Amino acid sequence: MKVQFLFWEDCPSHPEAWDRLHDVLRELGVEVEVERIEVTTEEAAQRWHFAGSPTILVNGKDIDAQPDAPARLTCRLYFHENGRPSPLPSREMIIRAINAARANRNASQKG
Amino acid sequence: MLEIGQKAPDFALPGVDGQTHRLSDLLRDHRAVAVIFSCNHCPYVRAWEGRMVDLQRVYGARDVALVAINPNDAERYPDDSFDAMKQRAQDEGFNFRYLHDESQEIARAYGAERTPHVYLLDSDGILRFRGAIDDNYEDPDAVQHTYLRDALDAVLAGDSPAVETTPAVGCTIKWRA
Repeated sequence: MKVQFLFWEDCPSHPEAWDRLHDVLRELGVEVEVERIEVTTEEAAQRWHFAGSPTILVNGKDIDAQPDAPARLTCRLYFHENGRPSPLPSREMIIRAINAARANRNASQKG
Repeated sequence: MLEIGQKAPDFALPGVDGQTHRLSDLLRDHRAVAVIFSCNHCPYVRAWEGRMVDLQRVYGARDVALVAINPNDAERYPDDSFDAMKQRAQDEGFNFRYLHDESQEIARAYGAERTPHVYLLDSDGILRFRGAIDDNYEDPDAVQHTYLRDALDAVLAGDSPAVETTPAVGCTIKWRA
C-alpha cells in the first residue's frame, strides 16, 4: 500500500492530520512508511491536483476526492460525517480509504 | 501588532448589508466590540462560524457587536470576493456585521495574521483580548476554554480577562503580492 501525505507549510493543520493518519494506521495494524510531500508552489499544487493542505492519497487516490475543487495553495476544507466543516480529514475518512485499499489488494490477489 | 491596552485604530468599511460601518460608531453604541478577521474560504473559519453566530446572538443581547472583517486578496482567492461574501452571509444567515477590507490596511494596522483572529475591544476601543475564539476548532462539544466568551464576560463585568492573549489558529491572511 502506498500512502502519501501532501501539505502546505502555511496551513497549520498538517501536524494534527499527520498524527491522526498515523494513529489510524497503527490502530488498523498497517505498517507503511508514509511519503511526506511538501507542496510549495502553485505549479506544484496544479501538478498534484492539490485541493489544499492536508491531502492524503492512498494508492494514488484522494481519501476525500473533490474533483471540482481547484488545485491551489490553501487550507483544505473537509466535511465530516456529522456535517461539520473541518480543516482536518476525519478518522473515518482515513479508515475507509485504508480499508478500501486493503479490499482491492485482497481482491486482486484472489483474482 | 495591536497590543493589550492599546487603542484600536478606527475604520470605516463596507458591509455585506450595503452600509458603511465605522468602528467609532460601533463603540459609541455598544459595551464591547469583537473584531474578528475572517473570510469565506478558510476551513478554520468555517469550523468556527456557527459559534460566531451563537456569540452574536447571546452577546448581542448584552450590547456587544461582533464584526467580521475579510482582508483576503480576492484576486488569488475569488471565494473571498465581496460578492461571494454577500452570498455567504445570506446563505449562512450571518447575524453579525461582515465587512470587506479590500485594501488590507485595517488588517495591517491591527497586525492580524490569520483568519479567524479575534480582537476584543472595550467601549473605549481599548484592546482587552486578542487570539482565538476557543481551544477546539474541530468539535464545539469538546471545547475546554471559551477564550472569547470568558473575555467578553470579564469586560462586561468591568474586569480584565484572565487570559488576554492566545495564539490565533487558522489560515494565514492572503496578502496581495
